[in-house]
Order: sequence, then structure tokens, then C-alpha cells
Amino acid sequence: MRALAGVSLAVEEGEFFGLLGPNGAGKTTLINVVAGLVRADAGSVRVMGADVVRDYRSARRRLGVVPQELVFDPFFTVRETLRIQSGYYGIRGNDAWIDEVMQHLDLTAKADVNMRALSGGMKRRVLVAQALVHKPPVIVLDEPTAGVDVELRQGLWQFITRLNRDGHTIVLTTHYLEEAELHCSRIAMLKAGRIVALDSTRNLLARFGGSRTTARVVARDGRQFTLELAGYGDLEPQLARLRAQGVEIADLELDRPDLEQVFLALTS
Amino acid sequence: MTTFWTLFAKETLRFWKVAMQTVAAPVLTSLLYLVIFGYAFTGRVQVYDGVSYASFLVPGLVMMSVLQNAFANSSSSLIQSKITGNIVFILLPPISYLEFFAAYVLGAVVRGLVVGAGVLAVTVWFVELHLAAPAWILAFALLGAALLGSLGLVAGIFAEKIDQLAAFQNFLILPLTFLSGVFYSIHSLPAFWQRLSHANPFFYLTDGFRYGFLGHSDFPPAASLAVVAASFFVVSLLTLKLLQSGYKLRN
Repeated sequence: MRALAGVSLAVEEGEFFGLLGPNGAGKTTLINVVAGLVRADAGSVRVMGADVVRDYRSARRRLGVVPQELVFDPFFTVRETLRIQSGYYGIRGNDAWIDEVMQHLDLTAKADVNMRALSGGMKRRVLVAQALVHKPPVIVLDEPTAGVDVELRQGLWQFITRLNRDGHTIVLTTHYLEEAELHCSRIAMLKAGRIVALDSTRNLLARFGGSRTTARVVARDGRQFTLELAGYGDLEPQLARLRAQGVEIADLELDRPDLEQVFLALTS
Repeated sequence: MTTFWTLFAKETLRFWKVAMQTVAAPVLTSLLYLVIFGYAFTGRVQVYDGVSYASFLVPGLVMMSVLQNAFANSSSSLIQSKITGNIVFILLPPISYLEFFAAYVLGAVVRGLVVGAGVLAVTVWFVELHLAAPAWILAFALLGAALLGSLGLVAGIFAEKIDQLAAFQNFLILPLTFLSGVFYSIHSLPAFWQRLSHANPFFYLTDGFRYGFLGHSDFPPAASLAVVAASFFVVSLLTLKLLQSGYKLRN
């Protein structure tokens, strides 16, 4: 069975890139190939010029991956986990950076707590910290907010956005389309192992979402109208037409095009 | 080298943090063997002239502990990481297959030697310790632990579930160590079983190791060492091939 076929894309340095698609589309497989967790039987992947198979040492040093599964080593505390992870990348005496990462992720209070004793959300933060111990220029987050409470989700996004501003390239897969819409400048949509769309978020919304803009109008007498708009410029003339018919407008709600519509249009 | 040392330290800390289970328990088991078998056979079984049965038994028990615990360390570490998924922490960083191999095998050697030393330390209270040729003791202990650490990696790579690993342990490692002459000299066996014992690589480990303590053995120790070294060479080559290909680890 082929999990991926003919996937070809380039993520630019410093970009915030989204990888979307339904379950089983091949997002995680693609990430695993990039990370060297799975060997592709054809094709090649390079991380900032380093081939992930032939030059795996350089490729992996440039890459930080936050896996989707909530995995941890039950033998160690948070700090031990981060020190060990630093060591795997050949880094000694990394405590200053470890402290900084822990602080940003609100982990400082848990530094000496065993991984087993942490809540799911805390374990997720440690996974993020582990991916950052070697200050990788490219950070891949596979469903980073799955099963994470709202507070942490916001904190996490603040931190990731900051990393992106500092020049890190971010590649993200997520089920939460609004997150991708909010953060990603460019998006690839995968379906059954193939790319079905690859464009800037704005273009995707304009292309697939724009035609579906609707306005819901509630009149003072309780009547409801749904206006199909060709674009935002179409709103005022249509409202004028309603008023001309004697409708007094009490409430108005615009259905902005969103990625969910793009997603549905492309994947259903 | 930091990468290798970190992985090695992780492998060592892993068992040391649960030393009750990984060190104290096997030491107690060996002590029970010594008390029961030593009591039952001392005065009834004479293997070598001038050597009591308990003195004969101790080196065998020590070697058995070294082998079983070295195997347990690398195999259980790998299978646990695979099952819980935390193996990604070592698959994501730039760790070469050689570093991987060396760190896991050396971790297994440390566990084997720590348990072996523990068994020796407690048996000294019961049985007078002979050290006829310490260099042989060390050589066989190191090679034996490394061989089993490497075998543990192979088992850990192939096994997908704990029970598959348990099968490897119960149907291969345990019988081979028990039948390696820990409790008896193979010269006391019928001819057929003697020949069969010579096909068991663990026999050479136990026999050569015992030579280091007693100065007596069933087989010339240099020849035993050659067999053991060759076995280690073959098994580590296989392990390295498996690790290099990423078989069942990167698929």
C-alpha cells in the first residue's frame, strides 16, 4: 500500500507552513519521512540542503520534531529528559537554554518531577521542549494541540509564533482548521497521499472560500434572509434592495470563508 | 562522543533507577540457588578434586546472572521504547547505528557485571572465594555480557510484543544458560549430551569463566575464549546489519 505518491513541495526558510488533510491522508507519514523515522522507497527529502538519508546527521540536527503521540520515558524527570535529549544531539552543558525553554513553556515548576506524574498537557509541553533542545532552525509540529486544554493551546501558539518571528521555519499539521488559518502563511492539503492544493492561505480562501460568502439577515419582525454574495462589495447593494422592500434590519451576520470550506471542497 | 555517552548513560541510569528489580532481585535469586543446590549437593557431588560443590557452583551462578541480566537490559529497554513509542527520542537525533549498538551493548555489559559482582559479593559469605586466573574471569565476563547484550538487541528488534520477547528469553536464553554447565560438569553427562553441550556457546562462557576461579575446566580456556569471541563477532555483525538497515525500527 502506498501512503504517499508524487508529493513534491518546498517549504521556504522562515515560513509558517501548514500541512492539512483528513485522517489517513499521509501527513504523519510525510513528516516521518522528513524526520527519518520511516524510509521512503522512492524519492528524496532535504532539510536545508541536507538529504535525510545520505546526510542524515546534518538533516536531523536542523530538524526538531514534536510527535503526535504523547510519548515519554517514565524513568526520568523533566530536566533529566531534556538533558538527555540535548546529549543525543551532542550538546553538553545546555542548562541555560533548557531553563529558558522550560520557562517559556511554563515547565519550570515541574523541572524535577518524574514524567509519569505529569498531566497530558504537561507531557505535551515537554515534547515541545524536547524538540527544541538543539535549537533547530526547522520545527515540525504534528498535531501539537490535539487533546490540549485551551489555556495551554494559547500559550503554545504564542511560543511557536515567537519562534517563527525569530526566524525558525515552522511546519504544522493540525485538525483545527482555524489554527492553520490563523498562523500558516502557506498551506498544502493532502488527500490519499497526494497534494490536492498548495497555495498561500489567502489565495486558498479567495479561490475556494470566496464564492460561498453569505450574509444572514434578521429583520425586526423576525423574518430571516440569507444573501448569497459574489464578494464583500456585493453586500451593500443587496442590503439596499432589502431595505427598499421595507425590511428593517435588526441583525446581520457574515459567514466569512474559512479553511473548513476549502478543506471540504477539496477533500470530499 | 557526547551522543554515545549520553545514550550509554541513559541505558545505565534506566536500570540503576530501578535497581531493586534489576540488581537486587537477580542477586537474591542466585543466592537462593546457592543455598538450595549447595545444601542439597555438597558432599554428594564432587566435580573436581579438592573443590567443594558450592565452590564449583558459584562461578556458574555468577556467569548465569551476568548473561541473563545483560540480555534483559538491552532487550527490555528496546522493547519498552518500541511499545511505549518513546523510541522516537533516539530515532530523531543524529545517532549512528554504531553509536546505538555500542551504547546499548555497553549498558548491558554494565548491568551484567554489576549483577555478577553482586552475586559474587553475597556468595563470599557462604563459600570461600578462589581467584586462580582473574584475567580469564574478566575476559569471559566482558565477552559474555557483550554477546548477550547484542543478542538482546536482536531480540528487541524482532519482538513486537512483550510476550514475543518472553518467548525468546524462556525458550532460548534460559535453557541455554541452564544447560551450559552451571550446575554440573558436562563430563558427568552421557556422551550424547556431552556432544550436544559443546554446541551450546554458553557452555564455553561458563566453563572458561569457571577456569578463572578454580583453575579447572572441562575445555581448554583459550579455545573457549576463541569460540566466545567468534560468537560475539557473528552476533554483533548481525545486530549491526539490522540496525543499519533500520529493520523494524524505521519502517
